This record gives sequence, structure tokens and C-alpha cells, in this order.
Amino acid sequence: MTMRQGLAGGLVLVLALMAPLAIQSDFWLGFLITILLFAAMGMAWNILGGYAGQFSFGHAAFFGTGAYATSVLHIALGLNPWLGLLVAAAAGGTMGLLIGYLSFRYGLRGSYFALITLAFAEVLRILANTAGFTGGGVGLYLPLNIGVANMQFAGKAGYYYVALGLALASILIAWRLERSRLGAWLAAIRENEDAARALGVDTFACKLAAIGISGAMTGVGGWFYAHYYLYIDPEIAYGPGVSVEILLVAIVGGLGTVLGPLLGSVALHAAGELAQRLMGDTPGLNLIFYGVLLVVMVRLMPDGLAGLVRRWMRPAGGTQRA
Amino acid sequence: MLEVNAVTKSFGGLAAVAAASLRVAEGGIVALIGPNGAGKTTLFAAISGFVAPDNGQILFNGAAITGLAPHLICRRGIVRTFQIVQPFGGLTVRENIVVGAHLRHAGRRKALMRAEEVARRVGLGELLDRPASALTVAGRKRLELARALATAPRLLLLDEVMAGLNPAEIDEIVRIIRDIRASGVTVFLIEHVMQAVVSLADYVYVLNQGEIIAQGSVSEIAAMPNVIEAYLGHGAAARMTTGAAGAVQ
Ligand SMILES: Nc1ncnc2c1ncn2[C@@H]1O[C@H](COP(=O)(O)OP(=O)(O)OP(=O)(O)O)[C@@H](O)[C@H]1O
Ligand SMILES: [Mg+2]
Repeated sequence: MTMRQGLAGGLVLVLALMAPLAIQSDFWLGFLITILLFAAMGMAWNILGGYAGQFSFGHAAFFGTGAYATSVLHIALGLNPWLGLLVAAAAGGTMGLLIGYLSFRYGLRGSYFALITLAFAEVLRILANTAGFTGGGVGLYLPLNIGVANMQFAGKAGYYYVALGLALASILIAWRLERSRLGAWLAAIRENEDAARALGVDTFACKLAAIGISGAMTGVGGWFYAHYYLYIDPEIAYGPGVSVEILLVAIVGGLGTVLGPLLGSVALHAAGELAQRLMGDTPGLNLIFYGVLLVVMVRLMPDGLAGLVRRWMRPAGGTQRA
Repeated sequence: MLEVNAVTKSFGGLAAVAAASLRVAEGGIVALIGPNGAGKTTLFAAISGFVAPDNGQILFNGAAITGLAPHLICRRGIVRTFQIVQPFGGLTVRENIVVGAHLRHAGRRKALMRAEEVARRVGLGELLDRPASALTVAGRKRLELARALATAPRLLLLDEVMAGLNPAEIDEIVRIIRDIRASGVTVFLIEHVMQAVVSLADYVYVLNQGEIIAQGSVSEIAAMPNVIEAYLGHGAAARMTTGAAGAVQ
């Protein structure tokens, strides 16, 4: 990390910490919360898709599992929401290992892997619709009980700080991963799996680790969502909408970069908000918007926004990642 | 050190390797030669776990490794390079080599140190921060070698690391391979460049249509009529006189 990057990072962090003091509007704080939540989950996707090169279309499987695990246990057994974080991470991670085991064991790659993840999320959506303990299609309402111990805040600022914590933690995890053996091995798998195997990399175990970490982090995203909105249903939890949004954040931001998902989340949600203001709240509009955006990004900016920033910070054209 | 006992591998009806047996003694340089399509690469793939033999047994330091997964074989100390180079194109030279170095060093700093050391040994010291995709053919061959060396192997399987290089580059690789052997690593190499085989190999196996048809020292091999026939076709040996060694390749 250079001086300049360190200073810029520190400045952004101070601004982020002070944001709730300056921004009194619930709407804009809510907007920032969404950005931070999806930055964290985009980073989770990035670990599997960007670093390890395994594209998932079904991260809702992890998001929903985390959300339902904490909600069901909170409602049924009074599980404390803060402990629910660990439960959601464990549930999302376990779902990751399960899906990973079943797909990587049989050597599924590329679009086959993407489709199988999508299928898993869809199966879970249908199960959540029919099962009793999930509240079926009606969904689950979490009881209102304001108090920090119960992770319910009177205003949005409290949620903002939790979401900021998640985003920072996810950046830290990716930063650590980039400088670790697992990170080096995942990059090798992404670039050339046979060559990785020849050099002693247990590709199956590494991919499992990646999807386990990714699933756990995304499960935590579901945990936050459930306790923030105090409501989930099968469509929100396991629907393709959340899967697409998560992967778009990562792709728009820049695959395999530490800051990409945060940039991607800012850009995606700012553009989404703008589009909605300009064109009104037509149903399905956001999906069309996402589709167009994805095509444009992949065609014109395959490095994502992080690639742009990198070129701008380092005009000499170094190869280090942002 | 390495013992291949009657290994057979068929693709469809074709026996790429047919009951081939050979030994590689510790500390030497052994060459495997033979015409195109003889099954050399397939034999290396069997030794390194990339293809499971239909039949036969492979022993490494007395223990059977037949059918083990490639990463487990690599952990035991056998590493292969690829005839068609397989760089991690999106990574730098340093990052490429670090992947191999991490096999023996979990920590980042140790692995980076090891990678730099290996890069210098194979002459890539100046190119550490280049993207692997920007290397020349000679550079890529060296990278292939460096990554393999970084795993700290006991036995190095080199599949035509000199193909496509000019004479000066070949001399340089020959020097590097000698240096590797001197450091205690046993080398088993497939090579079409006879000048290199002649100057490096203590012992040579000749593979033709999946079968080992000859073995011996370089000078013994050069005098064998069936070897010349395998390379130049039926009847060639009879038409040739004593200068056979120069005619091969
Ligand atoms: N995966 C595969 N599937 C089908 N056939 C294969 C496969 N790999 C090799 N073969 C066939 O097996 C035979 C031996 O191939 P191999 O690559 O081992 O030869 P080689 O001695 O390395 O040749 P070269 O000198 O050209 O590299 C060839 O006829 C080849 O077409
Ligand atoms: Mg070959």
C-alpha cells in the first residue's frame, strides 16, 4: 500500500464514520446502508467469483439461509440477534460447503457451476415457500423490541454502523486473502486449474474453502437484512433478484480486487436510484436496467471500476492489484 | 528412485503407452526420447497422476503412487512441466512462481523469498513483475521450469523444455538443468533436441508406439539400428553407415 492509498483510505474511513452526523435524512442513510450491505456481499461473491474464478448465479442460497437461520431461531427460541450473526455465518458457510461439495466433486465448472448454484437457490426458494417453520409464502415477521442488546436501533444510524462494520470486515478479509497462500492458490485455479494441480494445489479443497468463506459472508448479509427490515419471505431471501444484485456489484466494481465491490455497490445503487427517479417505479425496470448495465460493463470495462481507478492512480501501468 | 513397471494406458483403442517399464536412479539425468506420438507425454502424465494407468505400477522411493491425485504426487516430491506451457497468464512471473513455492511454505514472506531465489536461478530475476502473458517462448519455458522447481521436488519431469528455443537459449537451459542436478534434484526429461540429450543424459530410454524399444547410454543408443528405424522409418538403419548419431534429429 502506498502513502497515497493509505491517506485516501483513512480519509474515506473518517468520512464514513461521521456520515450519520452529517446526514439526518433517513432516506439517504438507508441508501448508504444498502450500499454497504451489498458491498459486503459483493465482496463475498468476489472471493468465489473474482479470486477463484467460479461464477455463482445463486448467492441467494447463502443469503436466504443466513436470513432464515437467524430469524427462525430468534422467533422460535429467542436467539439473541448478535449471536444470530454467528449462526447465520455457520448456516451460510455450511450451505456453501454443501453446494460446493456437490458441484466441485463432479468437476462442474463455468456455466455448469453457475447453473447449479441457480438451481440450488430456486429449490431453496420453493422449499421455503412450502415448509411450515419458514412461514411459507407469507414470510416471517421478527418481533419489534428496540434495544441495542436486541440489535434494534431507534434510528438508522445504528444500522448504518453495523453495515459499515460488515463492509470493512469484508474488505479486511479480502485484503488478508490476497496476501495468503489460499489467495495465491485460488488465483492459480482461476487462471489454469491443471497447472495448479501439477504444482501440488488441492484444487477441490481450495474451491471448497472459497465457497465456504463466501457462503458464510453472504449468510451474514442475510442476517443483517432480516434484523434490519424485521421481515423476510422466500422471494426476498432466495429469489434471483438478490443473486443478480450481488454478482453485479462484484462485476461492475472489478473482479478479484479488494475495493471493487465497494465501488461497484456505490455505482450500481446510485445509477439504480437515478434511473428510478427518471423513469418512475415501473415493475421489472430494475432488471432491465441491470441487464443493460451488465452487458455494457462486460463489453466496455471488463476490469470494472477498480480497473479504471487503478489506471488513474498508477498511470505508469503497474500490475499490482488495487 | 522412480520405478515404472509395465504401465499401459490406452485412449479408445489406441495404446498410447504399452507395458512400458523403466527406472530412474537418484541423482542422475535420464532422458526419454522417441518420435512424435510415441506416448512420452502420456507416460509423464501417468507418473504425475494426470492420467490413471489401465495397468501396471509406479513406485516412488519404494512406495506405490499409481493413480494418486496429481497434488498428492507433487507433495511427495515429483513435479512435471507441460509440453504446451501453461502459465497463469493473468498473474505476474513472481505470482506464478509463488504458487509453487507455497507448497512447502505456508507463510507469504517465505514463499516470496523462495520464488525470487528460484527465479534468479533460471534467469527470470529481472522479469519478476512482468505479466506471465508478456513473456517470450523462452521466458515461458523458464517460467514452467521455475514454478516446478519452487515446489522443491526430489524428481523433476521436464517435457520438452527446449522445444522452440534457439541454440543460445538451449545452451542456457542445459546449463540450468546441470545446475539443478548438482543441487541434488533428479531429472527425467523428454527431449527432441538431441544435442541437449547428448550433453545431459546419463541414461536414455527410447519409446516407440508406446513401447520401450531401447535403453542405454547415449553412445549405446546411437548405435542401435532399431532406434534409427523408429525415427527414420523401416529400412533406414540398413541404409545408414556408422555416422548414425549425427543423423538422429
Ligand atoms: N487425452 C488423450 N485422448 C486421446 N488420445 C490421446 C490423448 N493424449 C494422447 N493421445 C494419443 O496418444 C498418443 C501418444 O501421445 P503423446 O502425447 O503421449 O505422445 P508424445 O510422445 O508426447 O508425442 P510428441 O513428441 O508429439 O509430444 C498419440 O497418438 C496421441 O494422439
Ligand atoms: Mg509429448
